[in-house]
Amino acid sequence: MKLAYWMYAGPAHIGTLRVASSFKNVHAIMHAPLGDDYFNVMRSMLERERDFTPVTASIVDRHVLARGSQEKVVENITRKDQQEKPDLILLTPTCTSSILQEDLQNFVERALRTTNSHVLLADVNHYRVNEFQAADRTLEQIVAFYLQKASIQEGQIQKTEQPSVNILGIFTLGFHHQHDCREIYRLLKDLGIQINLIIPEGCLVTNLRKIPEAWLNIVPYREIGLMAAQYLEKHYNMPYVATTPMGLVETASWIRQICTIIENQTQKSCQQNYEKYIDQQTRFVSQAAWFSRSIDCQNLTGKKALVFGDATHAAAMTKILVREMGINVCCAGTYCQNDADWFREQVQGFCDEVLITEDHTQVGNRIAEIEPAAIFGTQMERHVGKRLDIPCGVISAPIHIQNFPLSYRPFLGYEGTNQIADLVYNSFTLGMEDHLLEIFGGHDVKTVITKNLSTEENLLWNSGAQMELQKIPGFVRNRIKRNTEKYARSKQIKEITVEVMYAAKEALSS
Amino acid sequence: MSTETLKFECETGNYHTFCPISCVSWLYQKISDSFFLVIGTKTCGYFLQNALGVMIFAEPRYAMAELEEGDISAQLHDFDELKRLCLQIQQDRNPSVIVWIGTCTTEIIKMDLEGMAPKIEELINRPILVARANGLDYAFTQGEDTVLAAMAHRCPESIPSTRPQLVLFGSLPNTVAQQLTRELQNQGIQVTGWLPEARYEELPSLGSGVFVCGVNPFLSRTATTLMRRRKCQLIGAPFPIGPDGTRAWIEKICQVFNVTPKNLDQREAQIWENLSDYLTLVQSKSVFFMGDNLLEISLARFLIRCGMIVYEIGIPYMDKRFQASELQLLEKTCRQMQVPMPRIVEKPDNSNQIQRIRALQPDLVITGLAHSNPLEARGITTKWSVEFTFAQIHGFTNARDILELVTRPLRRNSHLKDLGWSTLVTDGESQKTL
Repeated sequence: MKLAYWMYAGPAHIGTLRVASSFKNVHAIMHAPLGDDYFNVMRSMLERERDFTPVTASIVDRHVLARGSQEKVVENITRKDQQEKPDLILLTPTCTSSILQEDLQNFVERALRTTNSHVLLADVNHYRVNEFQAADRTLEQIVAFYLQKASIQEGQIQKTEQPSVNILGIFTLGFHHQHDCREIYRLLKDLGIQINLIIPEGCLVTNLRKIPEAWLNIVPYREIGLMAAQYLEKHYNMPYVATTPMGLVETASWIRQICTIIENQTQKSCQQNYEKYIDQQTRFVSQAAWFSRSIDCQNLTGKKALVFGDATHAAAMTKILVREMGINVCCAGTYCQNDADWFREQVQGFCDEVLITEDHTQVGNRIAEIEPAAIFGTQMERHVGKRLDIPCGVISAPIHIQNFPLSYRPFLGYEGTNQIADLVYNSFTLGMEDHLLEIFGGHDVKTVITKNLSTEENLLWNSGAQMELQKIPGFVRNRIKRNTEKYARSKQIKEITVEVMYAAKEALSS
Repeated sequence: MSTETLKFECETGNYHTFCPISCVSWLYQKISDSFFLVIGTKTCGYFLQNALGVMIFAEPRYAMAELEEGDISAQLHDFDELKRLCLQIQQDRNPSVIVWIGTCTTEIIKMDLEGMAPKIEELINRPILVARANGLDYAFTQGEDTVLAAMAHRCPESIPSTRPQLVLFGSLPNTVAQQLTRELQNQGIQVTGWLPEARYEELPSLGSGVFVCGVNPFLSRTATTLMRRRKCQLIGAPFPIGPDGTRAWIEKICQVFNVTPKNLDQREAQIWENLSDYLTLVQSKSVFFMGDNLLEISLARFLIRCGMIVYEIGIPYMDKRFQASELQLLEKTCRQMQVPMPRIVEKPDNSNQIQRIRALQPDLVITGLAHSNPLEARGITTKWSVEFTFAQIHGFTNARDILELVTRPLRRNSHLKDLGWSTLVTDGESQKTL
């Protein structure tokens, strides 16, 4: 048992559900007790999704506990099959169902006799993997399932005429995934590369058999998609690029890797064109290179920062801060413990210290000890920063609704470098401003004379009412005080008691 | 119409609601010297952390005892593990009581929480309550019911007295509790205590001479425990939600205490008078409750009295005995307002409900967050139901707040209605699901 207040990565079934609901026309049925469908709330609220989340629960209740699910799961699958006519129904185990040890595979087989949809049981162990690992595995599972179904023979695969790629790992509830996807699409279009499939976001499972038609696969985020890419390399001989095109240097390296793979397949050189493109974008289209050279950014030199997040974003951010902006990263860390070796290797030489932990208090303590000038982390680090008065830029999940902006905010590609530069610069200047204000004693040292609406000489708050007033949250207290006094004056009441306060509230019409 | 009675139905129970462990979020705030330990998995933790949003950053007095594979397979000794965690909590936070919240997992692996609690209690010299607020048995607000039922056992025994004693049960914000207490005081009835009080150490005394009355419709286990185990006398009344409910609640208590209510007519009329601007907004509008927090019957009754038409009252669980007076008042209100009796659907099926919403096109759907945005995108106005659990809705004083919540989406959407884009999905999509 572990005493825990907060976690960075969610439970396994969340990952599976993210894969399922990213595909088009796939329905997930969770084998779960009442209340475990909280995923639907997150998707509907954070993503502001217009459609009903295609996730339902086959409820595990007291009866199921006593007698087993019996017909219930099969009935729920058949019913969804008839109602929604999905291409695939994904039966999703939860922590509860995995200890019940019911034979879910058997339910799947029985349901298959009557359904038109395909039915799969997500192969995920709740107590061993987290959200990301489960999503990674489920994506591989679905891809493999549909490719095996299509039973494509070696040699039968028809590659697209023009160079093309699959993007693996664009998800619902991913950190800026929609924007990143658009940015990658734009970049590839500039390079004359087509997109064969984007998987899983918006993709039909029935189209998955077209995967091998692409020349290569792109995995923008390490956490989800790598397993599928490795599977495709092994079975369909498809090369993949797992570099994240985040920051100028990495984006260039990402383009060069794609270039090499395409050259290998065409036997023609396209390097010159690509190099020209990289140079043009880096120096003139993206503003980030020029921005970090401009004198404004001199002030950032050697400033201390701490970076924490998922492996992909934390590693990329560390490299950008150090290599492209001259900032001193004292500590870089990730909560992706399963990917710790890769992370260490990536940030080696870029930071003074590496922190691998899932415990947010450890990160908080490190921040307090180091006292960096800025933090780049998750929502949790933002709150730590608030408490310690250190500015924080959010660069990775877990995230809140404010991290699903409506406007175009990619982190990847050349537009992404602009966004990141803004984020970094704004974090630091705000910090500087605060600091200067403190040195020079605040905005305005003169006593502020506020126009107070209450004329306190003729109104008396008795002690009970004063205590009641203190119970009211600070941000509305003044308003309530004013309203009560207004009411008291209108009724010619001299002494304000708790009763008067309540009466004022009752009488108040907006 | 007068011969018509309420119709009850029961569906499949495939509906969306919060897990009952969410009661931790308001109870730890109410009982200021408590500590809540939820013994469950990452799934429970993830729910709490996301559902409670910012609160987690304010050093809350609750935590997860996260079960790991070793706990599930009994490689670790759960007694030692819980003892270790409770000692740590005692050291770090020094609470007056630790409440263990049992979850689905502790049920399935049959962890004997009730058996272990007294032993660990002795070791750490501090009361440990056990409440099984799990999703296998309960929905959302019923979580509070399980905690209060456990707490009822810990209330001190009352000393027989000639004065009648009245204990109210149900967790309300301190301000609202005081408002209701004063409301009864004005009738000359003294409230001897609340279950729960703001501090665990101040729990009221209970016993055979004590009258108890509930303030929330989801407290049926607590009511049963108070009657059967603590020999209290239950006053069955409608719940003090809306001016009509508050009045009926006070009247019922007065009746039991042989007090003739004073000024109640005027008091109620005054409140309705103050609501008039909102009443014109809701007049003749139709409502559909999808059902997820058990407040539905009382809210529907109030809204019908406000002049609305209720098509359907979905509700997770319907205790016809505990809610008897409330159901009677609902029937009476329907007759008085001359509207058809709504259908009451226990354990609703969200998918069927959405079909019915599609057919009925109600003016307002009161529903959980999972359905709100998709319905709005299809041009159906919605109100997020969970807000009713967190807002102050009890007593005369707060009647306005209920209507503020109910009318907010109506007011917002009437502002936007002339823009011409109230349906925000393509035809194909809106046809398919709605």
